[in-house]
Amino acid sequence: MAQFRSKEKKTPPAISTQSLPDIIFMLIFFFMVSTTMRESTLLVKKPHLPKATEFVKLEKKSLVSNIYIAAPTLKYQNLFGTQPVIQLNESIEDVSKIAQFVETEKESMPANDRSQMTVSLKVDSKAKMGIVSDVKQELRKANALKVSYSVVPKQ
Amino acid sequence: MGKKVPEINSSSMADISFMLLIFFLVATTMDTDTGLFRMLPPYQDPTEQQEDIKVLDKNLFVVLVNKDDKLMVEKKPMHPRDLRKACKEFLMNMNNDNEDKRYPGYTEEDIPGIGKVKVTKAIVSIQNDRGTSYAKFIEIQNEIVAAYNEVKDYYSVKYFKKPFNDLKENQQDIIKKIIPQKISEAEPKNIGGK
Repeated sequence: MAQFRSKEKKTPPAISTQSLPDIIFMLIFFFMVSTTMRESTLLVKKPHLPKATEFVKLEKKSLVSNIYIAAPTLKYQNLFGTQPVIQLNESIEDVSKIAQFVETEKESMPANDRSQMTVSLKVDSKAKMGIVSDVKQELRKANALKVSYSVVPKQ
Repeated sequence: MGKKVPEINSSSMADISFMLLIFFLVATTMDTDTGLFRMLPPYQDPTEQQEDIKVLDKNLFVVLVNKDDKLMVEKKPMHPRDLRKACKEFLMNMNNDNEDKRYPGYTEEDIPGIGKVKVTKAIVSIQNDRGTSYAKFIEIQNEIVAAYNEVKDYYSVKYFKKPFNDLKENQQDIIKKIIPQKISEAEPKNIGGK
Protein backbone atom coordinates (compact mmCIF):
# COMPACT_ATOMS: atom_id res chain seq x y z
CA MET A 1 0.00 0.00 0.00
CA ALA A 2 1.14 3.43 -0.78
CA GLN A 3 2.26 5.28 2.22
CA PHE A 4 3.10 8.88 2.61
CA ARG A 5 6.48 9.51 4.01
CA SER A 6 6.54 11.12 7.37
CA LYS A 7 7.41 14.77 7.05
CA GLU A 8 10.49 14.83 9.14
CA LYS A 9 13.08 17.50 8.48
CA LYS A 10 15.84 16.14 6.29
CA THR A 11 18.92 17.91 5.02
CA PRO A 12 19.00 17.70 1.22
CA PRO A 13 21.55 15.15 0.01
CA ALA A 14 24.87 16.62 -1.09
CA ILE A 15 25.32 16.81 -4.84
CA SER A 16 27.74 14.15 -5.87
CA THR A 17 30.90 15.56 -7.44
CA GLN A 18 32.27 12.22 -8.40
CA SER A 19 31.60 12.75 -12.08
CA LEU A 20 33.13 16.23 -12.15
CA PRO A 21 36.59 15.02 -13.20
CA ASP A 22 35.03 13.07 -16.04
CA ILE A 23 33.20 16.12 -17.28
CA ILE A 24 36.35 18.21 -17.16
CA PHE A 25 38.31 15.51 -18.95
CA MET A 26 35.71 15.51 -21.65
CA LEU A 27 36.23 19.26 -22.04
CA ILE A 28 40.00 18.77 -22.16
CA PHE A 29 39.70 16.21 -24.92
CA PHE A 30 37.45 18.54 -26.85
CA PHE A 31 40.01 21.34 -26.65
CA MET A 32 42.91 19.04 -27.45
CA VAL A 33 41.24 17.80 -30.58
CA SER A 34 39.73 20.99 -31.91
CA THR A 35 42.51 23.51 -31.31
CA THR A 36 46.08 23.88 -32.38
CA MET A 37 49.10 25.15 -30.54
CA ARG A 38 49.49 28.89 -30.49
CA GLU A 39 51.86 30.19 -33.11
CA SER A 40 55.00 32.14 -32.49
CA THR A 41 54.66 35.52 -30.84
CA LEU A 42 54.41 38.32 -33.32
CA LEU A 43 57.21 40.85 -33.59
CA VAL A 44 55.39 42.56 -36.38
CA LYS A 45 51.98 44.18 -36.10
CA LYS A 46 49.19 41.69 -36.54
CA PRO A 47 48.77 41.58 -40.32
CA HIS A 48 45.55 43.05 -41.53
CA LEU A 49 44.76 40.28 -44.01
CA PRO A 50 42.96 41.08 -47.25
CA LYS A 51 39.44 39.78 -47.80
CA ALA A 52 38.52 37.20 -50.42
CA THR A 53 35.59 35.00 -51.33
CA GLU A 54 37.26 32.09 -53.15
CA PHE A 55 39.39 30.84 -50.26
CA VAL A 56 40.19 27.25 -49.32
CA LYS A 57 40.83 25.93 -45.85
CA LEU A 58 44.36 24.90 -44.97
CA GLU A 59 44.54 21.32 -43.88
CA LYS A 60 47.30 19.49 -42.05
CA LYS A 61 48.61 22.26 -39.86
CA SER A 62 51.86 20.40 -39.25
CA LEU A 63 52.82 20.87 -42.90
CA VAL A 64 52.18 24.59 -42.89
CA SER A 65 54.87 27.16 -42.11
CA ASN A 66 54.04 30.79 -41.68
CA ILE A 67 55.83 33.82 -43.04
CA TYR A 68 54.59 37.16 -41.76
CA ILE A 69 55.08 40.37 -43.66
CA ALA A 70 53.96 43.53 -41.87
CA ALA A 71 55.28 46.64 -40.18
CA PRO A 72 57.22 45.95 -36.95
CA THR A 73 55.55 46.58 -33.61
CA LEU A 74 56.31 49.86 -31.85
CA LYS A 75 58.98 48.20 -29.75
CA TYR A 76 61.02 47.22 -32.78
CA GLN A 77 60.38 50.24 -34.94
CA ASN A 78 63.56 52.05 -33.95
CA LEU A 79 65.48 48.94 -34.98
CA PHE A 80 63.72 48.00 -38.20
CA GLY A 81 61.87 51.13 -39.28
CA THR A 82 58.18 51.38 -40.11
CA GLN A 83 58.20 49.67 -43.50
CA PRO A 84 56.90 46.09 -43.72
CA VAL A 85 59.47 43.46 -42.73
CA ILE A 86 59.62 39.67 -42.80
CA GLN A 87 59.19 37.58 -39.68
CA LEU A 88 60.34 33.96 -39.73
CA ASN A 89 59.65 31.95 -36.57
CA GLU A 90 60.64 34.17 -33.63
CA SER A 91 62.74 36.82 -35.30
CA ILE A 92 62.67 39.48 -37.96
CA GLU A 93 64.96 38.39 -40.75
CA ASP A 94 66.30 39.41 -44.11
CA VAL A 95 64.89 37.91 -47.32
CA SER A 96 68.07 35.89 -47.84
CA LYS A 97 67.33 33.81 -44.70
CA ILE A 98 64.23 32.27 -46.24
CA ALA A 99 66.06 29.37 -47.89
CA GLN A 100 67.53 28.42 -44.52
CA PHE A 101 64.12 28.79 -42.88
CA VAL A 102 62.51 26.47 -45.43
CA GLU A 103 65.29 23.94 -44.89
CA THR A 104 64.83 23.81 -41.11
CA GLU A 105 61.05 23.69 -41.44
CA LYS A 106 61.31 20.79 -43.86
CA GLU A 107 63.59 18.94 -41.51
CA SER A 108 60.97 19.03 -38.77
CA MET A 109 58.41 17.33 -40.99
CA PRO A 110 58.04 13.63 -41.67
CA ALA A 111 60.22 12.66 -44.62
CA ASN A 112 57.49 11.49 -46.96
CA ASP A 113 55.36 14.59 -46.39
CA ARG A 114 58.06 17.11 -47.15
CA SER A 115 56.94 17.63 -50.71
CA GLN A 116 53.54 18.63 -49.36
CA MET A 117 54.94 21.52 -47.38
CA THR A 118 52.86 24.66 -47.72
CA VAL A 119 54.01 28.15 -46.92
CA SER A 120 51.27 30.41 -45.67
CA LEU A 121 52.03 34.02 -46.48
CA LYS A 122 50.41 36.30 -43.93
CA VAL A 123 50.87 39.64 -45.53
CA ASP A 124 49.41 42.93 -44.42
CA SER A 125 47.14 44.35 -47.09
CA LYS A 126 49.02 47.65 -46.96
CA ALA A 127 52.31 45.99 -47.92
CA LYS A 128 53.64 46.48 -51.42
CA MET A 129 54.13 43.66 -53.89
CA GLY A 130 57.88 44.35 -54.08
CA ILE A 131 58.67 42.61 -50.81
CA VAL A 132 56.14 39.85 -51.53
CA SER A 133 57.76 39.20 -54.91
CA ASP A 134 61.18 38.97 -53.27
CA VAL A 135 59.83 36.38 -50.84
CA LYS A 136 58.18 34.45 -53.67
CA GLN A 137 61.44 34.46 -55.60
CA GLU A 138 63.34 33.11 -52.58
CA LEU A 139 60.71 30.42 -52.05
CA ARG A 140 61.13 29.31 -55.64
CA LYS A 141 64.87 29.09 -55.12
CA ALA A 142 64.32 27.05 -51.95
CA ASN A 143 61.93 24.80 -53.85
CA ALA A 144 58.95 25.48 -51.58
CA LEU A 145 56.47 25.89 -54.36
CA LYS A 146 53.17 25.47 -52.57
CA VAL A 147 52.08 28.79 -51.20
CA SER A 148 48.85 30.06 -49.78
CA TYR A 149 48.04 33.73 -49.63
CA SER A 150 46.33 33.98 -46.29
CA VAL A 151 43.02 35.82 -46.44
CA VAL A 152 39.97 36.33 -44.27
CA PRO A 153 36.64 35.12 -45.60
CA LYS A 154 34.34 37.81 -46.94
CA GLN A 155 30.62 37.31 -46.56
CA MET B 1 41.46 -12.27 5.48
CA GLY B 2 43.70 -9.76 3.70
CA LYS B 3 43.98 -6.23 4.87
CA LYS B 4 41.63 -3.82 3.25
CA VAL B 5 43.49 -1.47 0.87
CA PRO B 6 42.59 2.12 1.74
CA GLU B 7 40.76 3.90 -1.04
CA ILE B 8 42.71 6.57 -2.88
CA ASN B 9 41.16 9.91 -2.36
CA SER B 10 40.11 11.23 -5.74
CA SER B 11 38.57 14.51 -4.73
CA SER B 12 41.57 16.45 -6.07
CA MET B 13 41.20 14.83 -9.48
CA ALA B 14 38.81 17.57 -10.51
CA ASP B 15 41.35 20.24 -9.59
CA ILE B 16 44.11 18.52 -11.54
CA SER B 17 41.95 18.19 -14.61
CA PHE B 18 40.88 21.82 -14.26
CA MET B 19 44.52 22.83 -14.30
CA LEU B 20 45.08 20.83 -17.49
CA LEU B 21 41.99 22.36 -19.03
CA ILE B 22 43.19 25.87 -18.29
CA PHE B 23 46.60 25.06 -19.77
CA PHE B 24 45.00 23.97 -23.03
CA LEU B 25 42.75 26.99 -23.08
CA VAL B 26 45.73 29.30 -22.81
CA ALA B 27 48.24 27.51 -25.00
CA THR B 28 46.10 26.76 -28.03
CA THR B 29 44.10 28.68 -30.56
CA MET B 30 41.11 27.71 -32.56
CA ASP B 31 41.44 29.90 -35.63
CA THR B 32 41.62 28.05 -38.91
CA ASP B 33 43.82 29.37 -41.63
CA THR B 34 42.18 30.14 -44.94
CA GLY B 35 43.95 31.21 -48.07
CA LEU B 36 44.24 31.26 -51.83
CA PHE B 37 46.37 28.36 -53.02
CA ARG B 38 48.93 28.81 -55.71
CA MET B 39 51.76 26.68 -57.10
CA LEU B 40 54.86 28.71 -57.88
CA PRO B 41 56.82 27.77 -60.98
CA PRO B 42 60.18 26.09 -60.29
CA TYR B 43 63.15 28.40 -60.14
CA GLN B 44 65.14 28.93 -63.30
CA ASP B 45 68.67 30.13 -63.13
CA PRO B 46 68.86 33.31 -65.18
CA THR B 47 72.47 32.61 -66.15
CA GLU B 48 71.43 29.39 -67.85
CA GLN B 49 70.02 29.99 -71.26
CA GLN B 50 66.56 28.53 -71.25
CA GLU B 51 64.45 27.92 -74.25
CA ASP B 52 61.47 30.18 -74.00
CA ILE B 53 58.17 28.39 -73.97
CA LYS B 54 56.22 29.92 -76.76
CA VAL B 55 52.66 30.72 -75.89
CA LEU B 56 50.52 32.16 -78.59
CA ASP B 57 49.45 35.67 -77.84
CA LYS B 58 45.85 34.75 -78.48
CA ASN B 59 45.92 32.15 -75.69
CA LEU B 60 47.03 34.63 -73.08
CA PHE B 61 44.73 36.72 -70.94
CA VAL B 62 47.07 39.39 -69.70
CA VAL B 63 46.18 41.33 -66.57
CA LEU B 64 48.52 44.18 -65.75
CA VAL B 65 48.39 46.08 -62.47
CA ASN B 66 50.51 49.18 -62.15
CA LYS B 67 51.87 50.91 -59.08
CA ASP B 68 48.73 53.02 -58.70
CA ASP B 69 46.63 49.84 -58.54
CA LYS B 70 45.15 50.60 -61.95
CA LEU B 71 44.20 47.69 -64.11
CA MET B 72 44.92 46.95 -67.74
CA VAL B 73 43.37 43.85 -69.25
CA GLU B 74 44.22 42.77 -72.78
CA LYS B 75 45.74 46.20 -73.48
CA LYS B 76 42.63 48.07 -72.37
CA PRO B 77 42.06 49.73 -69.01
CA MET B 78 39.36 48.07 -66.95
CA HIS B 79 37.59 48.43 -63.62
CA PRO B 80 38.22 45.51 -61.24
CA ARG B 81 34.51 44.75 -60.98
CA ASP B 82 34.39 43.94 -64.72
CA LEU B 83 37.35 41.58 -64.53
CA ARG B 84 35.41 38.49 -63.49
CA LYS B 85 33.00 38.78 -66.42
CA ALA B 86 35.78 39.45 -68.92
CA CYS B 87 37.84 36.54 -67.64
CA LYS B 88 34.86 34.19 -67.71
CA GLU B 89 34.07 35.21 -71.27
CA PHE B 90 37.67 34.49 -72.26
CA LEU B 91 37.56 31.03 -70.66
CA MET B 92 34.22 30.02 -72.13
CA ASN B 93 34.83 31.04 -75.72
CA MET B 94 37.39 29.41 -77.94
CA ASN B 95 38.26 29.00 -81.59
CA ASN B 96 41.22 27.79 -83.55
CA ASP B 97 41.12 30.63 -86.02
CA ASN B 98 44.51 32.29 -85.81
CA GLU B 99 43.14 35.50 -87.28
CA ASP B 100 40.86 36.00 -84.30
CA LYS B 101 42.93 37.42 -81.49
CA ARG B 102 40.12 37.75 -78.96
CA TYR B 103 39.57 34.22 -77.79
CA PRO B 104 42.02 31.37 -77.10
CA GLY B 105 42.48 28.21 -79.09
CA TYR B 106 41.52 24.72 -77.95
CA THR B 107 42.50 21.09 -78.21
CA GLU B 108 40.03 18.27 -78.61
CA GLU B 109 40.48 15.76 -75.85
CA ASP B 110 38.85 12.44 -75.20
CA ILE B 111 37.81 12.41 -71.58
CA PRO B 112 36.57 9.10 -70.14
CA GLY B 113 32.91 9.24 -69.22
CA ILE B 114 32.10 12.25 -71.33
CA GLY B 115 33.70 11.86 -74.73
CA LYS B 116 35.30 14.44 -76.95
CA VAL B 117 35.48 17.85 -75.30
CA LYS B 118 37.06 21.09 -76.36
CA VAL B 119 39.66 22.04 -73.80
CA THR B 120 40.70 25.65 -73.81
CA LYS B 121 44.35 26.59 -74.08
CA ALA B 122 43.76 29.77 -72.10
CA ILE B 123 46.38 30.96 -69.66
CA VAL B 124 45.73 33.85 -67.34
CA SER B 125 48.83 35.91 -66.75
CA ILE B 126 48.98 38.39 -63.90
CA GLN B 127 51.75 40.94 -64.03
CA ASN B 128 52.22 43.42 -61.28
CA ASP B 129 54.56 46.21 -60.39
CA ARG B 130 56.72 46.24 -57.29
CA GLY B 131 54.63 49.15 -56.09
CA THR B 132 51.28 47.41 -56.44
CA SER B 133 49.53 47.04 -53.12
CA TYR B 134 49.04 43.53 -51.78
CA ALA B 135 45.33 44.12 -51.23
CA LYS B 136 44.82 44.87 -54.92
CA PHE B 137 46.87 41.86 -55.95
CA ILE B 138 44.71 39.56 -53.82
CA GLU B 139 41.54 41.20 -55.14
CA ILE B 140 42.66 40.44 -58.71
CA GLN B 141 43.65 36.88 -57.81
CA ASN B 142 40.30 36.40 -56.13
CA GLU B 143 38.35 37.65 -59.14
CA ILE B 144 40.22 35.31 -61.47
CA VAL B 145 39.75 32.29 -59.23
CA ALA B 146 36.08 33.27 -58.98
CA ALA B 147 35.85 33.33 -62.78
CA TYR B 148 37.42 29.85 -62.95
CA ASN B 149 35.01 28.58 -60.31
CA GLU B 150 32.03 29.93 -62.21
CA VAL B 151 33.21 28.17 -65.36
CA LYS B 152 33.75 24.96 -63.40
CA ASP B 153 30.23 25.25 -62.05
CA TYR B 154 28.89 25.77 -65.56
CA TYR B 155 30.53 22.58 -66.85
CA SER B 156 29.53 20.65 -63.73
CA VAL B 157 25.88 21.53 -64.21
CA LYS B 158 26.18 20.75 -67.93
CA TYR B 159 27.66 17.28 -67.50
CA PHE B 160 26.59 16.14 -64.04
CA LYS B 161 23.57 18.38 -63.27
CA LYS B 162 25.12 19.50 -59.98
CA PRO B 163 27.33 22.37 -58.83
CA PHE B 164 31.04 21.63 -58.62
CA ASN B 165 31.22 21.42 -54.83
CA ASP B 166 28.56 18.68 -54.69
CA LEU B 167 30.37 16.42 -57.15
CA LYS B 168 32.26 13.30 -56.22
CA GLU B 169 36.03 13.46 -56.28
CA ASN B 170 36.47 11.63 -59.58
CA GLN B 171 33.83 13.86 -61.17
CA GLN B 172 35.67 16.93 -59.90
CA ASP B 173 38.84 15.60 -61.51
CA ILE B 174 37.04 15.29 -64.83
CA ILE B 175 35.84 18.89 -64.62
CA LYS B 176 39.36 20.01 -63.72
CA LYS B 177 40.58 18.31 -66.90
CA ILE B 178 38.02 20.14 -69.00
CA ILE B 179 38.93 23.52 -67.53
CA PRO B 180 42.53 23.43 -66.28
CA GLN B 181 43.33 26.31 -63.96
CA LYS B 182 46.38 27.98 -65.39
CA ILE B 183 47.32 31.19 -63.66
CA SER B 184 50.79 32.51 -64.25
CA GLU B 185 52.36 35.08 -62.00
CA ALA B 186 55.03 36.74 -64.00
CA GLU B 187 58.20 37.90 -62.39
CA PRO B 188 57.80 41.49 -61.30
CA LYS B 189 58.79 44.30 -63.56
CA ASN B 190 59.10 47.93 -62.79
CA ILE B 191 56.35 49.01 -65.10
CA GLY B 192 55.61 52.38 -63.59
CA GLY B 193 58.82 53.13 -61.74
CA LYS B 194 58.97 53.39 -57.98
